[in-house]
Amino acid sequence: MTYVSIEGIAKRFKQPGGGVQTVFENIHFGVAKGEFVCLIGHSGCGKTTILNILAGLDTADDGVLLVGDKEVAGPSLDRAVIFQGHALMPWMSAIENIAFAVSSRWPDWDRAKVRAHCQKYIDLVGLTGAERKRPAMLSGGMKQRVGIARALSIEPKMLLMDEPFSALDALTRGTLQEEVLRLCAATQQTVFMITHDVDEAILLADRIVLMTNGPQAKIAEIVVNTLPRSRTRHDIHKHPHYYAIRNHIVDFLVERSRGFASAIPAGYDPRRPPETSPGTLRAAS
Amino acid sequence: MFASVRAKSALLSILLLALFLGGWQIAATPTAGTGPALDPEYAALLGASAQQGKQTPMPTPVDVGLRIAKHLEAPFADRGTNDKGIGIQLAYSLARVLLGFGLAALVAIPLGFLIGMSPLVYGALNPFIQVLRPISPLAWMPLALYTIKDSAISSIFVIFICSIWPMLTNTAFGVAHVRKEWLNVARTLEVNPLRTAWRVILPAAAPTIVTGMRISIGIAWLVIVAAEMLVGGTGIGYFVWNEWNNLSIANIITAILVIGVVGMLLDHMLGFATKLVTYQE
Ligand SMILES: Nc1ncnc2c1ncn2[C@@H]1O[C@H](COP(=O)(O)OP(=O)(O)OP(=O)(O)O)[C@@H](O)[C@H]1O
Ligand SMILES: [Mg+2]
Repeated sequence: MTYVSIEGIAKRFKQPGGGVQTVFENIHFGVAKGEFVCLIGHSGCGKTTILNILAGLDTADDGVLLVGDKEVAGPSLDRAVIFQGHALMPWMSAIENIAFAVSSRWPDWDRAKVRAHCQKYIDLVGLTGAERKRPAMLSGGMKQRVGIARALSIEPKMLLMDEPFSALDALTRGTLQEEVLRLCAATQQTVFMITHDVDEAILLADRIVLMTNGPQAKIAEIVVNTLPRSRTRHDIHKHPHYYAIRNHIVDFLVERSRGFASAIPAGYDPRRPPETSPGTLRAAS
Repeated sequence: MFASVRAKSALLSILLLALFLGGWQIAATPTAGTGPALDPEYAALLGASAQQGKQTPMPTPVDVGLRIAKHLEAPFADRGTNDKGIGIQLAYSLARVLLGFGLAALVAIPLGFLIGMSPLVYGALNPFIQVLRPISPLAWMPLALYTIKDSAISSIFVIFICSIWPMLTNTAFGVAHVRKEWLNVARTLEVNPLRTAWRVILPAAAPTIVTGMRISIGIAWLVIVAAEMLVGGTGIGYFVWNEWNNLSIANIITAILVIGVVGMLLDHMLGFATKLVTYQE
């Protein structure tokens, strides 16, 4: 069942010298309930802008965005955002940051109830013992965990993540990716995530949306991840589909993302971007 | 290493103070017998005692020390209009400063919030602020006296008008420059504007606001002395003026020291408040 449906959205900015720059237009894709969708594309193609429109923080200049069959009118507690730069309030401790979200979600809860709820999510992301620390006293990975706990604590219908792990070292990134995988699988969370990292996309996503370079960025295709959902960071590369999918995406990022606009494949319809399964293709051939 | 630097600078401070006081003592001690040749006009101005050459009008540090001790014995003694204890005068000045400053904060902080949040209000009020801010607070005094017809309230008004600007501009700046990210967090959590102002914008802008308050109270303390010299009646500024008329240099020096120390304490209090609201990003 489609939960989010993006129908022909476009974003345009006035340029300093006059004239209008179209960042992207005619963007169509959907996210099903319980699905994990990743968006991959080069820097500046408009990924954050799409996420902000999904979050209701920004508006599209064209097209409609439906969430649960209703047009998005603004930000909502149903869609929690994990920001690229964690966006924790530095004057609040870890637990206060989460409590701010929880008491916004359930204004009539008393202190004890809010606290207990926050503690549950602190424990869930493995921050027990650090709840009284301010963000400045936390490491990058811990800050991102607080951001994740804050987003999950309001029990949203959907999670929106903007390169949540890109500022972290490889080791921390790996552990956090697995935790997110575990948490989202456990709660059947619907997720839309932006990433630069192909392996991260293959590890986490059910479908990977490939976006071409801007301006006038397009959705070139949507790659279906045919690896089983039980995959882990340590064993994905052992799966027979892994390299086919990975090579397909890397090839897109290195080659096709640049020239796509000048050599649009026959039969390409932006309203129904082709879905490909490179994993099964390779296995079949 | 660090401790020894601190110890050394403390030692140097004491040494400088001792040198200063020693030099002052020597320069101010009356030479026995023949007094210095005085300009007759100046001598006339200073009165008979100076004419005799027995007493230098400039007191020595010891004289000042004794005078301070005497003031400290009964700082709140009230012996008529022109002979109130220095503590009473100080209390008058502090009360005026705190009242004027408090009223200014009550106006400046909400108004600064409005200006910082709304480009429309900013645009509308900015020309007035630009013109009013550079006016010396004392220039308002005659107008205040004429309209208010009360010297005490007039000096409070002057404090109000001089402390309002740093708080207003700092609050507006702090509010306008709250990180977009934090506001977006509040928006995605559907936090209402009032709660956003209270829980996000105020704490985010607090360091800038308190810095504005610190500048304001410094200016207010500078201005109150001048204002009280002008309007007279009570206050530490009036005390200085009155002692000038009495030619009591020792009392004037005492008052100067007290003004400095109290100004420092006010500044330290707001410095402490700044520490409380400052956050590390
Ligand atoms: N306020 C704005 N005014 C003008 N142009 C803008 C504005 N905001 C974004 N853009 C342009 O829109 C494009 C897309 O920006 P966006 O932040 O969505 O990119 P992105 O894909 O998220 O990049 P990155 O991967 O580096 O985060 C960029 O080319 C940027 O220059
Ligand atoms: Mg981005």
